[in-house]
Amino acid sequence: MKRLLPAAFALIFATPALACEVVRIGDIEIGHAWSRATIGADRPGVVYLTIRNTGSTDDALFGLVTPVAEMPMLHETVVTDGIASMPHAMSVPVPAGQTVALEPGGFHAMLMGLTEALDKGATFPLTLTFQNAGEVTVTVEVLALAAKGPDCEDSQP
Amino acid sequence: MLTLGWWRTRNRAQTALDLLPQPISEMAFILTDHSGQTVTPDSWLSRPTMVFFGFTFCPDVCPTTLNDISDWLAELGPDADRLNVALISVDPERDTPAALADYLSNFDPRIVGLTGALPEVEKAASGFRAKFEKLPRDGDYTINHTAGVFLFDADGRFTSIIDFHEDRRFAVPKIRRLLS
Repeated sequence: MKRLLPAAFALIFATPALACEVVRIGDIEIGHAWSRATIGADRPGVVYLTIRNTGSTDDALFGLVTPVAEMPMLHETVVTDGIASMPHAMSVPVPAGQTVALEPGGFHAMLMGLTEALDKGATFPLTLTFQNAGEVTVTVEVLALAAKGPDCEDSQP
Repeated sequence: MLTLGWWRTRNRAQTALDLLPQPISEMAFILTDHSGQTVTPDSWLSRPTMVFFGFTFCPDVCPTTLNDISDWLAELGPDADRLNVALISVDPERDTPAALADYLSNFDPRIVGLTGALPEVEKAASGFRAKFEKLPRDGDYTINHTAGVFLFDADGRFTSIIDFHEDRRFAVPKIRRLLS
């Protein structure tokens, strides 16, 4: 019993975070879907994830819907002459055979008009629309405000 | 933005002095930190200083920079206690000292948030040659702003900028030089 207990604990803590789950639709695999906790619902939220295109046809992510935000949009952080701006991105290209990351400092899904505060540990659905692969809903895990990403064993989805 | 910069360059005699941040001793601003204390350029002299501009409604760049800075400070350890580390809010309308305190409690406690009247924030930005621009967006607004982290030595002289997302292998030695 004494020897079993630590092993049992190790199992519990070794369970991969929800954000590490991979969801597939057609040739598209989505993983590492995570968000940062927000202070209240006034500030915009953010979603990061990785998209892998295992097929031989280029695809593109262009639509976002979630019940937690009135206006989810694709943005890209761009630093020009030292000045950071966040232009809207009409779509995020996902070329055949490549992995594209929505990650801190680059492309991200911005959640404008949050309907509720995003609390650490909570999850919410996010429906993504791809040009070819169609619609798929992923579960986004809310990590701490200062999180850098989910702690997954794999680096790719 | 680019076009505007080009126009300005063409129409104004610009010198290096116009582009580099001023020494802290020549800056002029009166801001309030997240605990309610008044901060002026004099408050920073005699210690090396690290400053960046941001705002708490910024979902991507600012938490990313705050994470980077928290990592650098952790790597420097207790040596970094001798640094002034400040986030100057470019959104004083929404970033009250209390809002900054709430937000910064998520990051390294050595990071101090500064806010104040808009003209004082503008004076501070002008001393750093930093820029910010409020833009309406979808019934709300966002703010484009200078993203780098400014470094000054203990005499208040500008030494370098750490660019957004610069590799910590380059960033940490830049800070360590200020502390030696």
